[in-house]
Amino acid sequence: MRSLIDILDLSREEIDDLISTACDIMDHPDQYSEICKGKKLATLFYEPSTRTRLSFEAAMYELGGNCLGFSEANSSSAAKGESVSDTAIIVSNYADIIAMRHPKEGAPLVASMKASVPVINAGDGGHNHPTQTLTDLLTIYKECGTFDNLTVGLCGDLKFGRTVHSLIAALSRYDNVKFVLISPDELKVPDYVKDQYLEPKNIEYKETEDLESVIPELDILYMTRVQRERFFNEADYIRLKNRYILTPQKLVPAKKTMKILHPLPRVNEISVSVDSDPRAVYFRQTLYGKFIRMALIMKLLEVQKK
Amino acid sequence: MIIGTIVNGVVIDHIPAGRGMELYSKMKLDRLECEVALIKNAPSGKCGKKDILKVNEEIKINYEILGYIDPRITVNIIKDGQRVKKLHPALPETLIDVIFCRNPRCITSVEQEISHVFRLTDRENGIYRCVYCDAQAEKKEK
Repeated sequence: MRSLIDILDLSREEIDDLISTACDIMDHPDQYSEICKGKKLATLFYEPSTRTRLSFEAAMYELGGNCLGFSEANSSSAAKGESVSDTAIIVSNYADIIAMRHPKEGAPLVASMKASVPVINAGDGGHNHPTQTLTDLLTIYKECGTFDNLTVGLCGDLKFGRTVHSLIAALSRYDNVKFVLISPDELKVPDYVKDQYLEPKNIEYKETEDLESVIPELDILYMTRVQRERFFNEADYIRLKNRYILTPQKLVPAKKTMKILHPLPRVNEISVSVDSDPRAVYFRQTLYGKFIRMALIMKLLEVQKK
Repeated sequence: MIIGTIVNGVVIDHIPAGRGMELYSKMKLDRLECEVALIKNAPSGKCGKKDILKVNEEIKINYEILGYIDPRITVNIIKDGQRVKKLHPALPETLIDVIFCRNPRCITSVEQEISHVFRLTDRENGIYRCVYCDAQAEKKEK
């Protein structure tokens, strides 16, 4: 029985297989519509989410399965003080697979140690969010056709942005990927991320505060939101939240083939007027998210297309 | 200073000077009924000064703690007044409830019954990270 807690729980080959399955689901959805019939997904969401929870549920329904769960801690036994471990044991009796989001880092790992069914980390605080990374990878693959030889710009909150850390970890396993890390000094990528994934492989990267000066180099621009909930100090959030706002004007020197990704939700870091630019793929990205989650649920439930 | 000879027990030697009491606490030696001696700042040919712990009883040694404090520590097993074994603890791969995660965002900060588990991620620099949140353990004082 496998769980997915960290994107690095999956080998590069396994990720390639998931992407291949997701592409096949997109091409032949009918062949997958009853593959999880009789199976149940429990979505245990201890903090708010729209895309992740709904895309998990949509994924399970499109595989012919069913869903149960809660969407905030107050409507669960956590409000009465039940531990994550106990909840995981109990929910294992009701569901075949669990997707868990929790504000505390490591909670899904704790759940996976106690649950008797696979656990998917659907985001643990500012730590990991492997299914967002799988979504990002499928988006890049579908939009660019490859992972190799890309220059990937990551912009915004690179300190607390869990999607950024996981994406760096995943892309660092492909050939000749270069990173441009664009953030204010206070929100730089933590040293441990660079020490773990970039330095040992001598992966080329540079850090800058200036988006405009580097945008012509990029094949991918991955924008992130400065997240209010990650700050202990409101004043710091207000000072940093408007640091980067992507506008059509800033996109003028960018490559015509560049793709703009965003894990969403956005606040104001991408102007609405960018949405109609053909380089903006962040809404399609959410659709890819459903297909890669379908592929992941199938893998962890060990079901295959007949 | 003369400390009585141990007949059956353990001598933990080459403890970095000043860290004997920490080891005494972490190994919970205060709970033993037998004679336990902590010698501080004993002269050492190798490192100038060292601490030594002598326990006059066969005890189960937690080598994880010893290796974490300093892999240069030596453990001498004494039987019938003779040293029968000399061991060098290595830097352990995993530490369970030896050090504690201080990250307020970690699940261990709210669920008290979870063991604090750290994994060695950089042997060269002796860096441990929490398995739950990846926070780096605070550096040991040398």
